[in-house]
Amino acid sequence: MALDSKVPKGPIKDKWTDYKNKIDLVNPANKRHIDVIVVGTGLAGGSAAATLAELGYNVKAFAYQDSPRRAHSIAAQGGINAAKNYQGDGDSTYRLFYDTVKGGDYRSREANVYRLAEVSSNIIDQCVAQGVPFARDYGGLLDNRSFGGVLVSRTFYAKGQTGQQLLLGAYSAMNRQIARGKIEMFNRHEMLDVVIVDGKARGIIARNLITGEIERHSAHAVVVGSGGYGNVYFLSTNAMGSNATAAWKIHKKGAYFANPCYTQIHPTCIPRSGDYQSKLTLMSESLRNDGRIWVPKNMEDVMAIREGRKMPTELSEDERDYYLERRYPAFGNLVPRDVASRAAKERCDAGYGVNATGEAVYLDFASAFERYGKEQAKIHNIENPSPAKIKELGQAIVEAKYGNLFQMYEKIIDQNPYETPMMIYPAVHYTMGGVWVDYNLMTTIPGCYCIGEANFSDHGANRLGASALMQGLADGYFVLPYTIGDYLADDIRTGKIPTDTKEFEDAEKEVTERINFFVNNKGTKSVDYFHKKLGKVMWDKAGMSRNAEGLTEAMAEIKAIREEFWKEVFVPGTADEMNPELEKAGRVADFLELGELFAKDALVRAESCGGHFREESAELDGPQKGEAKRNDKDFAFVSAWEYKGEPADAVLHKEELEFKDIELKQRSYK
Amino acid sequence: MNLTLKIWRQKDSKAKGQMVDYKVTEISEHMSFLEMMDVLNEQLVNSGEEPVAFDHDCREGICGMCSMYINGEAHGPDRGITTCQLHMRMFNDGDTITIEPFRAAAFPVIKDLVVDRMAFERIQQAGGYISVNTSGNTQDANNIPISKHAADEAMDAATCIGCGACVATCKNSSAMLFVGAKVSQYALLPQGQVEAADRVKNMVAQMDLEGFGNCTNTGACEVECPKGISLESIARMNREYLSATLKG
Repeated sequence: MALDSKVPKGPIKDKWTDYKNKIDLVNPANKRHIDVIVVGTGLAGGSAAATLAELGYNVKAFAYQDSPRRAHSIAAQGGINAAKNYQGDGDSTYRLFYDTVKGGDYRSREANVYRLAEVSSNIIDQCVAQGVPFARDYGGLLDNRSFGGVLVSRTFYAKGQTGQQLLLGAYSAMNRQIARGKIEMFNRHEMLDVVIVDGKARGIIARNLITGEIERHSAHAVVVGSGGYGNVYFLSTNAMGSNATAAWKIHKKGAYFANPCYTQIHPTCIPRSGDYQSKLTLMSESLRNDGRIWVPKNMEDVMAIREGRKMPTELSEDERDYYLERRYPAFGNLVPRDVASRAAKERCDAGYGVNATGEAVYLDFASAFERYGKEQAKIHNIENPSPAKIKELGQAIVEAKYGNLFQMYEKIIDQNPYETPMMIYPAVHYTMGGVWVDYNLMTTIPGCYCIGEANFSDHGANRLGASALMQGLADGYFVLPYTIGDYLADDIRTGKIPTDTKEFEDAEKEVTERINFFVNNKGTKSVDYFHKKLGKVMWDKAGMSRNAEGLTEAMAEIKAIREEFWKEVFVPGTADEMNPELEKAGRVADFLELGELFAKDALVRAESCGGHFREESAELDGPQKGEAKRNDKDFAFVSAWEYKGEPADAVLHKEELEFKDIELKQRSYK
Repeated sequence: MNLTLKIWRQKDSKAKGQMVDYKVTEISEHMSFLEMMDVLNEQLVNSGEEPVAFDHDCREGICGMCSMYINGEAHGPDRGITTCQLHMRMFNDGDTITIEPFRAAAFPVIKDLVVDRMAFERIQQAGGYISVNTSGNTQDANNIPISKHAADEAMDAATCIGCGACVATCKNSSAMLFVGAKVSQYALLPQGQVEAADRVKNMVAQMDLEGFGNCTNTGACEVECPKGISLESIARMNREYLSATLKG
């Protein structure tokens, strides 16, 4: 099948408006006869479910958690971007569009990104109308902060809990529709397959996670908003339950999977401490607004700190290497995430890591305390304030901005970050790759849509901070509800989709057989054993830097782990009860396939772009020496993979990327 | 450290449960409580036994999924945290730790330490929202200034993660801190004023219907709340409720 992105014609700034004016609509009376399934209730799924129900469709929403509000969007901390230009610092739709395409290292689809920038302002209006308590200044207007990779202040925030507040907003909109009966909510349910009837997505098979019952659900369209696949690494900042199963199942039934190798390794996470570690914790990027990142200049100091003979606060300014400020004077500590992560790895690989594992750098707030403290002393007319007073006043400001993050850090590490710098290290955080979708957000399966992190569309090879929330809500509130109407307009006379058909029967049989295999296999090793093994291969060979040799090995190793898994996995308990090990087994089985496709994709893309750094493709000299080297001549395309059984046999389809409104340049943050 | 765990095991909602003793060894003080539970479960799986079911997801204190009543306290012996943020450094070698599910009539046990908190969902469906459709035509976000103080206070109430610790810890199994937080968030914002009276009446009615107890001002909920929701929100809810019922 040839890939058709269905991007409308015309100038980029008019595309979305013109397109909306011309697409088919479903009249309100007919919407009542149309059912839509939404899988996942994070920012994308939750906002889509609420909006589709408001429009009049009958929505069935599914979440594996016990409430839609617990989806992992809740953990997003820093903020949400919007081109409001409230700060008057030169922001505009075009600039947000430009920053996002550049930040994504020119590997995203222009028209989608422009639309995202265009609707970003509406998102803020909508959320405020819903009662989202964004931070405000003393005049009562909305406040902004800055994020990495941009030169304006366009990020709206609610303390360090912006994702939580936005998700609660979408959740409240869902609740209103659940109360009206327009959304039927299935909590503690997991989608285990999609059902295709006459070539169209017409339903799903889901498992009730309390009773173990396998259920058939039909609809005229299926929307997957199930998040990213970062847990393929075992350790990531994702929730324990975050999984790729819904996305992978639709891939296996015909949806192409795009750019799996584009993964974001977030620079500011709490370093790992031991083998028992179950997950990693993010410290919001917003901290880089006020924190300065450094390691000691001298190896003797590194050793002394590791052995506990010296405290980081004892080092003078000239004994510190603020390596981001040194290497990237224009953006300093606010370079994009991929750049900041690689720079931390570079210093730690060179031996300058500051904790026992050698994998940590400092994030230091001392100068922010001083800067804010002096400002406060002025405001409060305190003459000749003592250094202690300045620090106290400054700390209060930092606490108001990031208090919950500082508390979180202290609880985990058992050190007070107001007194000693935080230790941070990069960790897997977000996946830019995902299910391939066209301009309508439809996958290559007619009637099957994919939104939010689960799709591939807007972030290219690297996502800028505070853009995930923007994309999730843009897709769910403002894009999908329009574009889906164009497809559903043909379904007004279809009537209810029956579930007693062969297609549903076959899909259910496949799901049941797999579950029965797991509980009856009685192997010798736990699910986690395989998940950890997979995670180690992924991190070592497809992590922050990759090469052809390692990726080839990774493919073979993952295949071997997968084969062992299907022989030796042990799942206790039965199929007809709440069984967390069984849930994990199904998810890890899918990761074991996805991981191999990931490595294959990374191998084929023999260039460095965004989060994908190929050691073979770096600048060898000049002012950009050591920086990633993109290859636009050979790789300005989206890799969309078609499932053919074994991941190694997947077939590559290319969507060529055209840049008509932005000139392709080397991304420089120097 | 080596520990003895006394854990509530219950096959399903209908079965009779009981406390069962387990031993875990070589627990690091840097582990989170849930990582200690992972160690126990891995041990159980490797010896062919069924692991202990417990709710958890984000493991960074924000999703509100993890519950557990540890040594007689919701989310265990530390303050201002959820169970996933509780670290083993709070315990000593040789300790015996008692782990039960959240207990309240309105939170029936599903399995082991997993409880059903759907009552919270229904309370929010009864009015925990502002009736505004998504349209793209809502007025500009800066059209209505909101004082920083009110916005901050609304935010403080809105940080509630819906975990249910307030209910579990209350001797009356009252949900008033939870409902108070939800009512407060909207009551403090101009956008929420339009439906304020109906909202508080409907949410309180649903709360009573779910079988939560009443508030007798012991303040235990405030102490155990991982997000520091203040008793003030209960007072605000009571004021809102009174004025709503007086208006009729």
